[in-house]
Amino acid sequence: MQPDKIELVCPAGSLPALKTAVDNGADCVYMGFRDDTNARNFTGLNFSVDNAKEGVRYAHAKGKKVLLALNTYPQDEGWQRWTTAIDNAAELGMDAVILADPGLMQYAAKTHPDLRLHLSVQGSATNYEAINFYHEMFGIQRAVVPRVLALAQVEQLMAGTEVEIELFGFGGLCVMVEGRCALSSYATGDSPNTRGVCSPPKAVRWQETPKGLESRLNGILIDRYDADENAGYPTLCKGRFDVQGETYYAIEEPASLNTLELLPELVRMGIAAIKIEGRQRSPAYVEQVTKVWRQAIDNCLRDKSTFAVKPSWMAELGKVSEGQQQTLGAYYRPWK
Amino acid sequence: MKLALGPVLYYWDRDTMLSFYDEMADAPVDIIYLGETVCSRRHLLRLQDYLDMAERLAAAGKEVVISTQTLIESEYDVKTLRKIAENENFRVEANDMGAVRLLANKMPFVAGSTLNIFNPQTLDLLAGLGASRWVMPVEMSREALASVLRNRQSGSETEVFAYGRLPLAFSARCFTARHHNLQKDDCQFKCLDYEDGLALKTREGQPFLTLNGIQTQSALVHNLIGELDTLQDAGIDVVRVSPQAHHTGEILRLFREGMEQRLTSAQALAQIEGLMPAASCNGYWHGKPGLDFIRNNPLATV
Repeated sequence: MQPDKIELVCPAGSLPALKTAVDNGADCVYMGFRDDTNARNFTGLNFSVDNAKEGVRYAHAKGKKVLLALNTYPQDEGWQRWTTAIDNAAELGMDAVILADPGLMQYAAKTHPDLRLHLSVQGSATNYEAINFYHEMFGIQRAVVPRVLALAQVEQLMAGTEVEIELFGFGGLCVMVEGRCALSSYATGDSPNTRGVCSPPKAVRWQETPKGLESRLNGILIDRYDADENAGYPTLCKGRFDVQGETYYAIEEPASLNTLELLPELVRMGIAAIKIEGRQRSPAYVEQVTKVWRQAIDNCLRDKSTFAVKPSWMAELGKVSEGQQQTLGAYYRPWK
Repeated sequence: MKLALGPVLYYWDRDTMLSFYDEMADAPVDIIYLGETVCSRRHLLRLQDYLDMAERLAAAGKEVVISTQTLIESEYDVKTLRKIAENENFRVEANDMGAVRLLANKMPFVAGSTLNIFNPQTLDLLAGLGASRWVMPVEMSREALASVLRNRQSGSETEVFAYGRLPLAFSARCFTARHHNLQKDDCQFKCLDYEDGLALKTREGQPFLTLNGIQTQSALVHNLIGELDTLQDAGIDVVRVSPQAHHTGEILRLFREGMEQRLTSAQALAQIEGLMPAASCNGYWHGKPGLDFIRNNPLATV
């Protein structure tokens, strides 16, 4: 019998974050270049080619892997930006590229046959037929599954494919199928698919009013806070809205995904890797989250039958969670 | 240009659906997309009912396409998908890459808008697998479309979502059930109560989105009836109207008259306004936020 294993994949929005992740126990880090070729296209974030080179050197020297996210959908006018990024990834010795667009996968498979391909969560593959499509066509070796399936559905999916499965374990929670959400461009013109951003900072306005602090996105009121409430970033699906006279989080509460308690189950299922969300977060976040998850995974791999979530882990993760709230998301069926 | 009717995105009861499609058999529309694309719990019409309806509409001279569910989650969903892909009589609109795998190199198919075809490389690839038509993503602008069509090598027909509340997002969560404090698995089929979806407004009353089970739509109605000339110029082959609970037949008639230049774009726009469940938007087509509305100026040069 094979020993249990599961990779910890941590976010690196900058070189300091990358080093922090590597030093605190990540098996892999994932990063993006400094443009719209990845789905965290924020000012001040991400890597130049030189930075990426240093990041790859640092990680490889410590025996860790680096994955490059090129997971937006190339727009025709900028096609070359995406293919250049693929060429750079191969040149830099990236351990894999994470892609969503079939045209780009075809380019990568033809031009750099040795470059390992992962299917991004932005590829919206929620069933094995879709995953096998990318595997047969382009040889993708791992798929990151959207945060919409229940655990039993993930297991069913795994029975139908030989492609490795990576799941989101912690961090910001998309309630919509990734790659199939245009809410942000409907409100602001820019979306993850087209520009690598959701609810972009340039569209955000904060206003103190007699009714409370208001957050707006391109003028649209996303939420309004009383003096005793913590205000959160106005991600548009996490605002409070009015449906038939009732004001509530009609789509999703501001909360972070946290699947620590599912860890033994994920290991048993043979999940290849757990992904931590948050390239837009600080190195301090990366440090805290990586440390906790490293400890938890090591405990679980030693003996998954006796694994128990430590309250101190939950407390640490709670501090860096959105709205200080945590959820199992769709993995837990009744959430739906 | 041809005129198409998209699949009904809402959950209407069986009699309503049957009489709706009886009416559509006589409507001035060339292509009819049929099938449940939103939620597998909606079961008042089964696949066989849709196939029977397809036969009747085909006999009435319509081109019928069976649309697949967009979010395929369970083995049950995959089985339904397989049955659709194996049907021998009707072309299929693939709304997920799983459907593409089942159809590729077997029979011509329509590549649906959720396949995210944003560049000529991906379009050519899907055309090579048998996509005889593709529906551009709702987010795509006229300019981005022009670039794709200029640089592609293949020749599939191009379709655009031209009228209706925009299908913007899909989730595992059912927002209609959530509104009623019900779990999705025990949703009591609340979608039946909202023939055009459930309105979501901001806290200052601005209509923003529409909840339709696991699908989130725009509150405003994406409406390109004032843009038929620019659609024609852009090389669009098929214009899609998405069904709404009332007046769909009249809306199709206005689109038809606009396409045949029996109405000017200003006339068509003026006449359609009274038939709409909400105001118009068309920002996406102009490369703006989707909820914007830009009035087509027929005197402006392109």
